[in-house]
Amino acid sequence: MIGLESYLLIGTALFCFGMFGILTRRNAISILLGFELIMNAAGLNFAAFAHFSDKTIHGQVFTLFIIALAAAESVVILALIIAVYQKMRTIHVDEMDSLKG
Amino acid sequence: MNEAVFLFLALVTVTSGWCVVSLKNIIHSAFALLVSFFGVAGLLALLGADFLAATQVLIYIGGVMILLLFAIMLSEKVTNEDLFIRAKALPALLVLGALQLILIKVVLDAPWNERPGPAAAMEPTTEILGRLLLNEYVLPFEVISTLLLAALIGAVVLIRKEVRRRRRPGER
Repeated sequence: MIGLESYLLIGTALFCFGMFGILTRRNAISILLGFELIMNAAGLNFAAFAHFSDKTIHGQVFTLFIIALAAAESVVILALIIAVYQKMRTIHVDEMDSLKG
Repeated sequence: MNEAVFLFLALVTVTSGWCVVSLKNIIHSAFALLVSFFGVAGLLALLGADFLAATQVLIYIGGVMILLLFAIMLSEKVTNEDLFIRAKALPALLVLGALQLILIKVVLDAPWNERPGPAAAMEPTTEILGRLLLNEYVLPFEVISTLLLAALIGAVVLIRKEVRRRRRPGER
C-alpha cells in the first residue's frame, strides 16, 4: 500500500541530494541544479499532503506557486550567472572573490 | 498496478536525482535533472494532480531546462573535470547522510494526520484550481504575477550590455 510516507521519503531523498549538490559543487549552474531538486521535493510534499491528509486540492495551489517561484528564481539566477561570467570569465563560485566586480 | 508504477517512478526520480549531483559532465547532470523532473511529474499524476503534472512538464521541462541548457552552453566549456570542491565532498556526504537517516526516522515515526477512508477521487482538478486561484487565493496569485514580471525585467536589465555609456565632448 502506497501511503503518505512513501512520497515523503522521496521528498527527503531529493532534498538531501539537492543539498549535497549545493554544498559540493563549485560551478554556479550545478548549484542551481541542486536548488531545483529541492524545490521539486517541496512541491511533491505539498501535493502528497493534499492528497493523503487533507483530501482537498488546496495544497496543490501551493505546489503551483512553488513551480512559478522556482521558474522566476532560476531566470534571475541564470541572468546573474551570465552577468558574472561576462565580467569575470568564470562561473566557479570559489573564484568569485571580488566584492567590487 | 499502482504500486508497480509508483516504485518505478520513485526509482527513476531518486536515481536520476543522485546522478544530477554526482555526474562530472554538467550537460549529463542537466539531462539527469530532466529525467528527475519527468519522474516527479509522474508522481504528481499518481497523486491525482493532473494539472500540476502538466504544469511541471510545461514549465520545468519546457522552460527551465531549456534556459539551463542555454546558460550552460553560453558560459562554460561543457566537460569540466574539476566540477567538485573535492575537499568538502566527504564531510558533506557524512552530514547529509546523517540528515537523511534522521529525516527517514522522523517521517516513519511521526503520527501524520492521515485521514482514513477512501482516497480522494481522481477527478480533473483544473477547474477547481482555477476557481480557487481567482477567489480564495487571488492575492497570492496577483503577487506572484507581479513577481514574475519583476523577474523578467530584472533578468533583461542584468544581462543587457551597457549601452548608455557617458560620452565626453571630445569622443566620437
